Amino acid sequence: MTQGRNQITAWLLLLPAVVLLAAFTHVPAVMTLFNSFYNTPRGVRPAKFVGIGHYTDMLSDPVFLAALKNNAIYAIGTVPVAIGLAMLMALIVNSSIRGKAMLRMSFFLPTILPMIAVANIWLFFYTPGYGLIDRFLGMFGFAERNWLGDGSTALGSLMVLAVWKEAGFFMIFYLAALQQISPSLGEAAALEGAGRWYFFRRVTFPLLMPTTLFVLINAIINSFRLIDHVIVMTRGGPDNASTLLLYYIYQTAFRFWDTGYAAALTMVLLALLALLAFVQFGILDRRVHYK
Amino acid sequence: MFCISGKWLGAALLGAGLNLGVAQAAPVEISFYYPVAIGGPVTKIVDDLIARFETANPDIKVKAIYSGTYSETISKSLTAFKAGQPPELAVMLSADLFTLIDEGAIAPIDDFIKTDDDKAWLAGFSPVFMTNSKSEDKTWGIPFQRGTTVFFWNKDAFKQAGLNPDVGPQNWDEVVDFATKLTKRDASGNVTQWGMQVPSSLTSYWLLQGYVAQNGGTIANLSGDQTYFDTPEVIEGLQYWTDLALKHKVMKPGVIEWATNPKDFFEGRAAMITTTSGNLTNVKANAPFPFGVQMLPEHKKRGAPTSGGNIFIFNGTAPEKQQAAFQFAKWLTSADQSAEWSIKTGYIAPRDDAWNTPAMQAYVKEFPGAAVPHDQIPYLVPELSTHENQRVARIIDDGIEAALTGSKTPAQAMKDAQQEADRVLKQYR
Repeated sequence: MTQGRNQITAWLLLLPAVVLLAAFTHVPAVMTLFNSFYNTPRGVRPAKFVGIGHYTDMLSDPVFLAALKNNAIYAIGTVPVAIGLAMLMALIVNSSIRGKAMLRMSFFLPTILPMIAVANIWLFFYTPGYGLIDRFLGMFGFAERNWLGDGSTALGSLMVLAVWKEAGFFMIFYLAALQQISPSLGEAAALEGAGRWYFFRRVTFPLLMPTTLFVLINAIINSFRLIDHVIVMTRGGPDNASTLLLYYIYQTAFRFWDTGYAAALTMVLLALLALLAFVQFGILDRRVHYK
Repeated sequence: MFCISGKWLGAALLGAGLNLGVAQAAPVEISFYYPVAIGGPVTKIVDDLIARFETANPDIKVKAIYSGTYSETISKSLTAFKAGQPPELAVMLSADLFTLIDEGAIAPIDDFIKTDDDKAWLAGFSPVFMTNSKSEDKTWGIPFQRGTTVFFWNKDAFKQAGLNPDVGPQNWDEVVDFATKLTKRDASGNVTQWGMQVPSSLTSYWLLQGYVAQNGGTIANLSGDQTYFDTPEVIEGLQYWTDLALKHKVMKPGVIEWATNPKDFFEGRAAMITTTSGNLTNVKANAPFPFGVQMLPEHKKRGAPTSGGNIFIFNGTAPEKQQAAFQFAKWLTSADQSAEWSIKTGYIAPRDDAWNTPAMQAYVKEFPGAAVPHDQIPYLVPELSTHENQRVARIIDDGIEAALTGSKTPAQAMKDAQQEADRVLKQYR
């Protein structure tokens, strides 16, 4: 009897969360899957069932393929660098150097600024000829470069910005993790005569692994999720050299109003993220050392 | 839908009934989405115009909503429309006409034309600006902030290069010739001043249209279901543009930002530029040197595209709100306001009677450059406007960007673009 009462109470307590989660996550996801099998209704013409038509179209859609490739480069290029930098910055501000508070603040500053504002600032940095970067490089005799207007540098320029923006945020997690590590480990290692690099490699780094896994997942999701800077700085150009998957979805849904195709693209993104999360939790998790 | 309009009607009747007893009914409130695509204090000018309209029409209240760029404006308007709460009227690209019709989002203007005064007002627009406003004998858009491309040059730079500062280049060959003389390099070979700059970051098809028109071609038909991207006239036009950067090396290679293009001109980094006539006032206010402005140089003939925004009235709002919206749109585009808007922003007044107002005549006398877009009217061709316009525009823009960055030849880029455009447009033929 009390067992049943408990069950009801438990479900009632869960209800608000379940309703919100279902309304804003699960139902839309299922609806998106459903919509991806229909073409886009226009004016008086209703939606028509097209099966997997959208998915086969994708295989010959050069913009989709470019977006996929760019996103892969973007993720592979930004995630390890941002994580490495975050770890390095955390180690620096965790040590006993002078001006620690200032350093912490300056490392964290990019995270506080909204992406749109940051992108507009960097847009000026990248301005050919009289932007900050060209002015600086010009002092060493480099020619002006059209950073964002050249297919070979546009994506790279966005990646630099992403690393700068993300690293400070991840640093906070590493800093918290570092402060959890007992100082007695360091003292013991010092007594045994372990060098600083050896200590980092065999003690600090393994103890940071749970944080690294968490940060890695977040970083990868962010690399698919954050496109504000693409909208502000390049709009995917030139000739789709800096188009990312989510930007293409946004463009298809809200500029071309092809909601059916956009739904199919969304499903691909969703599947991709699910796969990545599965790999990370399923495989990496086993190799992470939890205390 | 039906029950909503029924409710509105009820509210309107109730309002009318109350009107007998009370001196003044609550004013009809309409919202007006407008984008800002040019420099200058546009929001202030708009607020000012609205304040005067409201004083003259106390029964209407206009809520002006600044809605970002042109493409953000159509996104917001259509999203609001699909959610059942469209603005009563919005300024959107005239070229998005077919998209708006296909979505069933806009009401034909003809439905509001009732009096002789209305008819005279509608007949007053220049025909070339109506091409992008009509489809199948119906008028769907009201020309408002229209523009074209014009050509600016830096007179000081001309003097330094030994050119006559009072005469700009008149044809394609002269542009190359002048630009070569105007391109300056420092000791290590880095360019400090480009001879010529044409923006290409957004709506680059629009700049291409100028070259194509001068080359005697056209990039799409008027019913918006067929593009001609792979015709020789288009490819040659793109080849000429690409050559400025890649062959003659007188233009910055890669994609050139719209926003930085006038700035490059002010900073003396570009001696000649093509940009929208909407920048006239901006250049006049900010160029720190004497400058010249003229029509685009010719090739086989003169030619330039129209551009800019029309006012559209939305479906899905109450009839008296639509009527109020029409009244506001008509006031905003009548001769005096049209002239004022043109003088303050640099857009072309799309009606001849606006050019004959005393204010406009005085302005042209003081600043002859203001007449250049008007002089160009006989040579204008309508801006690219097709079904699914944003998508087709993106396709050709990608092609142009590919050619300008050198990743494809102009012929290959346009061939690919035509194929993609055919894929999108075949369902509308």
